[in-house]
Amino acid sequence: MARHMSPALPLPAAAHLLSAEYPGEGSTMKLRVGLAQITPALGRLDRNLELCLEALAKARQEQVDLLLFPELSLTGYYLKDLVPTVAQRRDSPLLRRLADESRDLSFVVGLVEESPEHLYYNACCYFEEGALRHVHRKVYLPTYGIFDEHRYLARGDRVRTFDTKFGRLAMLLCEDLWHPSAAYLAWVGGARMILAPSSSPGRGVGDPERLGISSTWEAINRFYAKMFSLFVCFANRVGYEDGINFWGGSEVVGPDGGTVVKAEYLQDDFAVAAIDTAEVRRLRFFNTLLRDEDLALTLRELQRLAGERYA
Amino acid sequence: MIRATEVNLTINTALVEKLLVGFVANEVRKVGMERVVVGISGGIDSALSTYIAAAALGRENVVGILMPYKTSNPESKEDALRVVGDLGIEHRVIDITPMIDAYFGAFPEADQMRRGNKMARERMTILYDQSAVARALVLGTSNKTELLLGYGTLYGDMASALNPIGDIYKTQVRQLAKAMGVPAPIVAKTPSADLWLGQSDEAELGFTYDEVDRLLYLYVDQRYSSEDLVEAGFDALFVARVAERVRANQFKRRPPLIAKVSERTIDRDFRYARDWGR
Repeated sequence: MARHMSPALPLPAAAHLLSAEYPGEGSTMKLRVGLAQITPALGRLDRNLELCLEALAKARQEQVDLLLFPELSLTGYYLKDLVPTVAQRRDSPLLRRLADESRDLSFVVGLVEESPEHLYYNACCYFEEGALRHVHRKVYLPTYGIFDEHRYLARGDRVRTFDTKFGRLAMLLCEDLWHPSAAYLAWVGGARMILAPSSSPGRGVGDPERLGISSTWEAINRFYAKMFSLFVCFANRVGYEDGINFWGGSEVVGPDGGTVVKAEYLQDDFAVAAIDTAEVRRLRFFNTLLRDEDLALTLRELQRLAGERYA
Repeated sequence: MIRATEVNLTINTALVEKLLVGFVANEVRKVGMERVVVGISGGIDSALSTYIAAAALGRENVVGILMPYKTSNPESKEDALRVVGDLGIEHRVIDITPMIDAYFGAFPEADQMRRGNKMARERMTILYDQSAVARALVLGTSNKTELLLGYGTLYGDMASALNPIGDIYKTQVRQLAKAMGVPAPIVAKTPSADLWLGQSDEAELGFTYDEVDRLLYLYVDQRYSSEDLVEAGFDALFVARVAERVRANQFKRRPPLIAKVSERTIDRDFRYARDWGR
């Protein structure tokens, strides 16, 4: 199981994975997933840590087991030249402080990670039992339209699942989820939940029901949840930066493609979904796509395509 | 292929209202302010901006400034007072005739363009001064059509701290104004900058807002080419004129150029959001 851990983590060996508190592969459980739909202040680690601590307190009151914050929840989104100023190393006092907070409650926060080589990543960090357990560095940095991420940030180079006390999970950051290949890797990597912290700017007002971008996201979340028979937990921020709104609407979608919980649009909210990962097992009685998926074929064809492209 | 006659600019007014009201509340309060001042002309754009501000901040936090010139249409003032009365906001009437006439006393040959621009800039200086009195931000009232066509005065009516309606076209301003309860006569009347007697936007521009909004939507929002638009049924000369106006007026939508000499130049490689630290 240790192969699922990121080798760069400053953690003791994966001894915790052997402890009785961690389920063996395939065990299912009931848990409460919280979505902290917050308005981070741009470039203000101090204020955003306060928001984070408030949400953690609320999560404890609500008996949440796993709390999800949005992308860049500790920093705000349109950082531009603030990126190095707000970046955190994995051993920073702030991350140690957050790790401490995770003794009784697992959670995911978004921040800018500074690597030992002084590269900056849009990252999300999974904290559990007092330690940083996994970091996902955003792979697909949108750099078009209203987005400019690759100008300021380095690109992550892996999509890995990882083991937690709730079973095997994957984290994908916002635009990552728009790449079916990234979600596919999470699925074949054995994730029973995809955690998707996001900072999605609102746009498109021609639809009588909702924002154009919400429709797209909601379709994406339901599609993966249903086709892959897993939970998609989407935590999107709210608030405005330089006139750009972030639309919220955080949600947990179940492995049947149904909505388990949906937060409000365009305002702070805190939503809790009581889920049972046994649902993944039950739905996979019906949906045998994972069993039937031909990895070797996919790999051969990808290698052929890559060979042709780079020939 | 898109058809010129099939373009639909209908917006979800409840959603846009929520976005714009939230925008004003958020962007005003996070800089530590509570209030805005807005120049109310009697037209639909400034009326809509005022309704949005009142919904966002409360009527007690919106100050309307009416700034007529001696040739302004008296109906404009009546309509402006209708907005003030309907919302129950504080207001002030400041006649700009003495300032404008004092200046042009020295330049009697000045044409309508110079006079109109000067009036727009006079009003801007008054709004900024009144914003200091009210401890408020200046609210913008330029819509997307005007901004794209450059149909406004640089550092005049185009100047503001924040503009809630700059990303919606004139025809969409009408939809939202109606939905938010802007008085019907203001929504219905012929658009005019009212810089001189009998001025009409559409006569001056040479096309209607309805026509140009459909064109701009396809050209700007949907990124169709000029060739596509002609094929879609728009008149070729109309397409060319509008495309050229959008290009030629880009300067009005940008801050002044700065000559680069250092390692880090403002807005080039010194890049921060305006909401830095907010």
